[in-house]
Amino acid sequence: MIAQIENEKGTEQAAESRNGQETVFHLRGVRYLYAGRHVALDGIDLDINRGEQVVLLGANGSGKSTLLKLLDGIIGPSEGTMKALGREVAAVAAGQDAFRFHREVGLVFQDPDIQLFSATVFDDVAFGPLQLGLSAAEVKERCDEALEQMEITHLAQRAPFELSGGEKKRAAIASVLSLRPDVILLDEPTASLDPRTKWVLVNLIRKLGEAGKTIITTTHELEIVPIIANRVVVIGEERKVLADGTPAQILNDHALLIKANLIHEHLHEVGVHHDHGHLIHDHVHGA
Amino acid sequence: MSAVSQNVEGRIGWLEKTVADIAGSIERAVFTEEHARKPGWLQRVDPRAKLGMFLVMVLAASLSNSFLALAGLYAVLLVASRASQVPFDFFVKRVWVGIPFFAGIVIVPSIFFGHAPYLFDVALGPLHIAPSIPALMSAAVFIARVGVSVSLAVLLVLTTPWADVLKGLQAFHVPQVFILLLSMTYRYIFLFFRTANGMFEARKSRMVGKTSGNEHRSWISASLTSLMSRSFKMSNDVYAAMLARGFGGQIRSYSAYRMKASDWAALAGALALSVAAWLVGRYIA
Repeated sequence: MIAQIENEKGTEQAAESRNGQETVFHLRGVRYLYAGRHVALDGIDLDINRGEQVVLLGANGSGKSTLLKLLDGIIGPSEGTMKALGREVAAVAAGQDAFRFHREVGLVFQDPDIQLFSATVFDDVAFGPLQLGLSAAEVKERCDEALEQMEITHLAQRAPFELSGGEKKRAAIASVLSLRPDVILLDEPTASLDPRTKWVLVNLIRKLGEAGKTIITTTHELEIVPIIANRVVVIGEERKVLADGTPAQILNDHALLIKANLIHEHLHEVGVHHDHGHLIHDHVHGA
Repeated sequence: MSAVSQNVEGRIGWLEKTVADIAGSIERAVFTEEHARKPGWLQRVDPRAKLGMFLVMVLAASLSNSFLALAGLYAVLLVASRASQVPFDFFVKRVWVGIPFFAGIVIVPSIFFGHAPYLFDVALGPLHIAPSIPALMSAAVFIARVGVSVSLAVLLVLTTPWADVLKGLQAFHVPQVFILLLSMTYRYIFLFFRTANGMFEARKSRMVGKTSGNEHRSWISASLTSLMSRSFKMSNDVYAAMLARGFGGQIRSYSAYRMKASDWAALAGALALSVAAWLVGRYIA
């Protein structure tokens, strides 16, 4: 297996990153159990550094979404040690310093209907900045910028239930961008989107990464991985880290991808994922 | 298919139809926001001023005993709807198709218990069917009052996006938490009915044979449980999404509205019209 497995790092060593950058997330032996008995994550060891663009790859039900909620401090680990931006995640989940934490870490949920709870798109985008206690002018400036970034300025006064799936997704991302977080967590951002909308989002994630943001994206769509990530962490069906490496290392390890249920040998032989990956990749570099 | 089974199917069909109709009504409510986005007169008025205007006019219509004053108010409403690019027949039909029937049910018995003079008097043995003319006049005023009040509400909703109506309530010191809950209810009830409708359709698509009444009932109760469970999960997720964007329990909202001279003038005009309608009812008509 080409990909590196980094589970053996010690707790103290973990504070220092591989390239000397600040460690944003530090997890050791993290388990999460739903309703106290259903294992969603089973011993995650992971460090993520500031400025990294990480993709969490995993099959359905591997615990990717739960891991993102943990990283966002919405829920705390059932077992293990977990720190985010130097704070204990369990304490953040309990409400301690949560306000300041969420200024720095933004999460885009998989289901945009969850995230868009206000009467209009503008109100949803303004929700975060308003919680920061900013002035009306600053709130407007941030909202305009986020809406423009997602190319949905014309939808500002529309009700969320009037929007298409792709528009909702863009609005949900705008509602997080308006907080201007340093760390952005995206849960399956391109799931069920048409190719044009998918391209807009992939391009945006790439640009945010180039701007120095720490971006962690969950997906099982292999074709977007090389564009949006410089590091890939594979979560196996055993709900623990199976491999950790560069996109090239992970995507070329077919045995690993099959083991993680990310490709199927029959489908892969037809070239479903691989060829699409090349098409998008060529488009990015050819642009 | 047996009669019992057909009866059960009928009841299920009724439930399915009700859910689909409610979802459709909400969708139509959304569709009507198309009028709220037109560049008409009322659409340009600040929502707070508009809410104030309509509230004083509803109060004036409710207090008025004069058919003349109510007719005058309604005439002003028709002009306002035309100036706001609301289709005339759409506005009139929306109000007057149901009002006479529902208001009539309430008022009809009183017509036959009024005093003389009577419109006619038909003796049926010991009973007399004799509609009282003063009672008929009162009934007409009552129906007109209901019609004008409902027309005011309809015109407000047609010319104001729901989000603006809610924001306008803030100016009347309605608690923020109430406004947020109302807004979120409106937001998610649509999703709820769409989900329920989807469940009915999914079941229908898999129905190939006869099912018993017991099976129908158990399916409905299982669906209700499933819907409740989904709603509960979604409410938890929505709260998590609020927390993820820094929500700390204090509700804050953005309002970019600025009252202009024209808004104050419209508010003053509505106030003057309301006072005039009340005075006409009290001293002239």
